[in-house]
Amino acid sequence: MKNSAIFTIFKKELFRFFKDRRTLVALIMPGVLIYMIYSLMGGAMSDAFMPDDEYTPRIVAVDLPDSVGSMIDGETAELTIITSDKIDEVKEQIAEGEQDVLVIFPENFDQIVAGYTPSGNTPAPNIDIYYNSTSTDSTTAYTYMVTLLDVYESSMTNKFDVNMGGDAYDLASDEDMTSMIFSMMMPLLLVMLLFSGCMAVAPESIAGEKERGTIATLLITPTKRSHIAIGKILALSIMALISGASSTLGVVLSLPKLMGDTVSIDGSVYGLTDYLMLAVVILSTVLVFVTVISIISAYAKSIKEAGTYVTPLMILSMLIGLSGMFGTAASNTALYLIPIFNSVQSMIGIFSFSASIPNMIVTVITNIAFTGIGVFVLTRMFNSERIMFNK
Amino acid sequence: MLELIRVKNLSKTFKLSSKQQKIEKTNEKVRRAVDGLSFEAYEGEIFGLLGPNGAGKTTTLRMLATLIKPDSGDAEIDGYSVVSEPDKVRQRIGFLTSELKLEEFFTPNYLFDFFSSLHGVDSEVSAKRKTELFSRFGIDKFAEVKVADLSTGMKQKTSLAISLVHDPDIIIFDEPTNGLDVLTAKVVTDFLVSLKEAGKTIIVSTHIFSLIEKLCDRVGIIIDGKMVVCDTLSGLCGEKSLEDKFFDIFAEYTEAKGGEA
Repeated sequence: MKNSAIFTIFKKELFRFFKDRRTLVALIMPGVLIYMIYSLMGGAMSDAFMPDDEYTPRIVAVDLPDSVGSMIDGETAELTIITSDKIDEVKEQIAEGEQDVLVIFPENFDQIVAGYTPSGNTPAPNIDIYYNSTSTDSTTAYTYMVTLLDVYESSMTNKFDVNMGGDAYDLASDEDMTSMIFSMMMPLLLVMLLFSGCMAVAPESIAGEKERGTIATLLITPTKRSHIAIGKILALSIMALISGASSTLGVVLSLPKLMGDTVSIDGSVYGLTDYLMLAVVILSTVLVFVTVISIISAYAKSIKEAGTYVTPLMILSMLIGLSGMFGTAASNTALYLIPIFNSVQSMIGIFSFSASIPNMIVTVITNIAFTGIGVFVLTRMFNSERIMFNK
Repeated sequence: MLELIRVKNLSKTFKLSSKQQKIEKTNEKVRRAVDGLSFEAYEGEIFGLLGPNGAGKTTTLRMLATLIKPDSGDAEIDGYSVVSEPDKVRQRIGFLTSELKLEEFFTPNYLFDFFSSLHGVDSEVSAKRKTELFSRFGIDKFAEVKVADLSTGMKQKTSLAISLVHDPDIIIFDEPTNGLDVLTAKVVTDFLVSLKEAGKTIIVSTHIFSLIEKLCDRVGIIIDGKMVVCDTLSGLCGEKSLEDKFFDIFAEYTEAKGGEA
């Protein structure tokens, strides 16, 4: 009888949400939306910042010296040589996107350069490059020209080189890259997504029952208040987890698309143990969120009011989640006695491959103890006529 | 006769918010909803609580049903105190009031099983009881329709059936026919009679005289949270109708109160 009351409440809550198509959609939709939005954003961003392979810079030059001309010849570029009286016309064309860059060399550039000494009194010869910073093609052509001229300049006075040997200098592995990006972004994202998962169900189940007057029907039964509290918290946690899992899946799947090809991210660098630890931390975090939101919801008179009261807590949680952006996981075990903060720190630890098992255990025990206290508080609240019937 | 319900000196006050004070044009910070109320109800009888709106009927019944706690005094239900053993009391009573709503998302069928389970009723017993109650009230026709889609009368019938899932010996009904059409009201009053025939003890609150005259063995009249008279129906009314008698008592009470002031 004792445990079956918890189970009865638990079953009813789950039934309530799973049979209701609207609620179910509300739980799953965020994940699908996140996936779609991130993928679209990623696609749009790489379109915007990466020129396509077909692209050839359109370069217009005045007084192009042979030395530079021969360098451009080897590349794929559309080169036009003009006389100085056409300069204004070409500038307009660049502003309108019909040309990409205009490069104006001093007359007899090669001779001036050959005769120039840095210690002399005459200023160094100057090359003017006109471009349009709002056009990706123009910016690319500009960068292309600057790089080309830099290479030319250093080839004349070459005393030493840096990293001339290809791409093999960045020693960061895929693993490091993934861990850096995950430990920066995932704690914040997970906290946000799990919190909104809890927000989607807890006020509905507790403030909603109060608002609709159905909690009184429940309170009139001989069911222990603590069993009502436990049954609800367990069921709500499962629903919040489903919602959180959907959102997290959406993020993880779309993250590579969002970051583009420049960075290689691969969730498979984490092993089974990492994911298991993460699951335990997430589970205990959801319990904390559901408990806190349930208590606030029990205090609120309506779902709307509960939403108002929970918002500051959501902002606080997000700020704590942001701490993942800065530095590594805290090592001081005492800090792991602070709910939510401990979860974020543990997640950082897991994602950066520096998880400390004792700290992780402290986190989980703290969160479970916190939930226990929460159940006690919620039970007291269910017993209080002033809180339950404060219309 | 066995006193199954014994109410002793029950009192309940509510704090009035400044808004409520304005609405009621009073400077009182505290409203005495129930003021030293005592009465007994005997096994197998229907006891009626009669009084104007705001007299404290609903508050009294809510205290008996352990939904709220008295400030002072106590009530014993089948020997268990509503103050110190509310769980025991809840097992023994069925409580029906318009305040207790059913979750709109569920069907009567699901809710009956849900509350049976919370009351710890054996599933076989529960199934049999469900068939009986559902066919009696005609709920079987809409047993699989969500509560949200039911009419007021259907909802009330469902609430009634659900308040009896555990077959309680003591039944407390607050305004059982309020808001019901005449047909549904008759179903409910007929059912109360059959519950009494089955040996149940019933307390009903109402301000409908005919309901009391038709059903109740004894009646208590509550005014301003106080029990003004408590007697058998015939002992109270004598030759008069309950309605006439009530207005006599009410006039006497307000006169006496005026004299005090």
